[in-house]
Amino acid sequence: MNDQIPEFVGPAIDWFSVSPLIVLLGGALLLLLVGSLTPQWRRGWYGLVSALTAGAAIVLSIFLWRDVSSSGAKLLVGGALALDHFALLASIAICSAVLLVSLVTSDYLAGENSDMPEIYALYLTAAIGGIVMVAANDLIVLFLGLETLSLSLYLLAASNRKRTESQEAGLKYFILGGFASAFFLYGVALTYGATGTTRLVDINSSLNSYITVPRNDTLLLVGVGLMLVGFGFKVSLVPFQAWTPDVYQGSPTPVTGFMASAGKVAALVALVRVFVTAFPSRADDWGPAVFILSALTLVIGSVVAVVQTDVKRMLAYSSISHAGFILVGLEVSSHRSSPNVGDGLTAIAVYVVLYAALVVGTFSVVTVVAQKSSDGAASLDAFKGIGKNNPVLALAMTVLLLAQAGVPLTSGFVAKFGVIQAAINVGSYELAVVAMVCAVIAAFVYLRIMVSMWLSDSTSSESAKVPLFSTIAIAIAVAVTLVIGVLPSLLLDLTSNFTQLASK
Amino acid sequence: MIAFSLVPTASWYLVLSAVLFGIGTFGVLVRRNPLVMFMCIELMLNAVNLSFVSLARKLDDINGQTIVFFVMVVAAAEVVVGLGIIVAIMRNRNSVTADDLVELKG
Repeated sequence: MNDQIPEFVGPAIDWFSVSPLIVLLGGALLLLLVGSLTPQWRRGWYGLVSALTAGAAIVLSIFLWRDVSSSGAKLLVGGALALDHFALLASIAICSAVLLVSLVTSDYLAGENSDMPEIYALYLTAAIGGIVMVAANDLIVLFLGLETLSLSLYLLAASNRKRTESQEAGLKYFILGGFASAFFLYGVALTYGATGTTRLVDINSSLNSYITVPRNDTLLLVGVGLMLVGFGFKVSLVPFQAWTPDVYQGSPTPVTGFMASAGKVAALVALVRVFVTAFPSRADDWGPAVFILSALTLVIGSVVAVVQTDVKRMLAYSSISHAGFILVGLEVSSHRSSPNVGDGLTAIAVYVVLYAALVVGTFSVVTVVAQKSSDGAASLDAFKGIGKNNPVLALAMTVLLLAQAGVPLTSGFVAKFGVIQAAINVGSYELAVVAMVCAVIAAFVYLRIMVSMWLSDSTSSESAKVPLFSTIAIAIAVAVTLVIGVLPSLLLDLTSNFTQLASK
Repeated sequence: MIAFSLVPTASWYLVLSAVLFGIGTFGVLVRRNPLVMFMCIELMLNAVNLSFVSLARKLDDINGQTIVFFVMVVAAAEVVVGLGIIVAIMRNRNSVTADDLVELKG
């Protein structure tokens, strides 16, 4: 830095490239400002505005995708954000999650008689944080995105003021999330101390040059470790997963779906980008750590899910094991010497997109079912007899659960196959075997829900009617699941050239 | 006589910030009152701020010092959200300790 800065010159901003963020922010402000100044809107309009905003952001992201395809990946805002296919695909996944969840929330809140614009505004701000995270090329920008996302999620978790579980979930999430953020930030500080920069690209070049000031590798490795711990809390890797089942169970169900999809996708993609862009030269150090975390997450996530009785807790553990699968992809990326190292990134990109659609769909069905049950809880009993009362809903849930289990002809198979194939291609056989065994164990959990739906008699005989918006959301999720499951090339062709992350 | 100088260097502050961070971590893990746990998280964030400033000084780089302002803003936003949630719980029950929060178990 110069000693004298005569005039502040801001970085050049390519406004079109950040337009999805601007649209989301505009939608959030509109909902908050206009929503609080006008009397209660007619039923469903808040959710519709939120869904349309997210839809607009998706369309803009698709335009940006074509730009990147023709002119290549680049860095934005003075190198703070990266614009590449990896970030755009994750952004589209996050915005789609907002779109579907807004529709479901609209019906859910109408059922609770408490439709209000704040919830949707928080979804949109959370999405802004998520998109900043997946595109961040600077650890501090990443931290700001992480906090924007997390603060919105804490409030969303605690948003049901009538139920004490919701507030308990919010507080637990808040304390542990703040704890995790502090760890992450300390990791950033130490990395900054070791390399003199927080830009991911510059960290990498600083670590690769041999003529810089003597580096302190202990400082760097402790920093990387602390960041991994911080991320571990956020994406609930074992052994940092203790909060997940409680928070998922206590939060309003649509919010749980949002956390499990958008929140998790953002944190996982950011984790992958940090390690692949900034620390490839230290892959021999973080590779084994990721290996252990991944194996533990897969095993604990699948095994503990089996003994749960609440469907939301089951799905919480299942989302933990999904995070384990995505970490397998990251472990693949640590095999720098293998020619197939790029497969990891492609597999992760495919996995997060399919996982987001899948998990939103599943939680949408759980929302509908739980709201019909007497105490509003999503126990396994609440699912009894749906196969007789509402066969279409039960069929949709069955498709989504089969996909979560990774059965062929569903998107879950494409996702899991991609990750395991990538692991085998780079010679990480142990992890591939662990992943396959855990996929089988996890399938048992989904079977339990299916058995409850189809083979048990209902406690109540009234037919569960699904509201319109929820029907649309569930239908979209099921359609994505089946179409990609039958024609995986639609997505795989898009992601085949993914190995290049933005670097200049 | 053992001669040693007592001029503080950057390492002193780094050690201090590590100790503060440790105290904060310990506090979050052992204390049961959410308000105190929350204060411990703030302590951790401020320990990180101290690290950033002393590292910026050591590296002779202004960026580390500007980062501190961002962290302060985030910490302030966290206070707003955290206290909001705690007050909401306080209204429903008369006390808030972590031991009361036992409805979610499974």
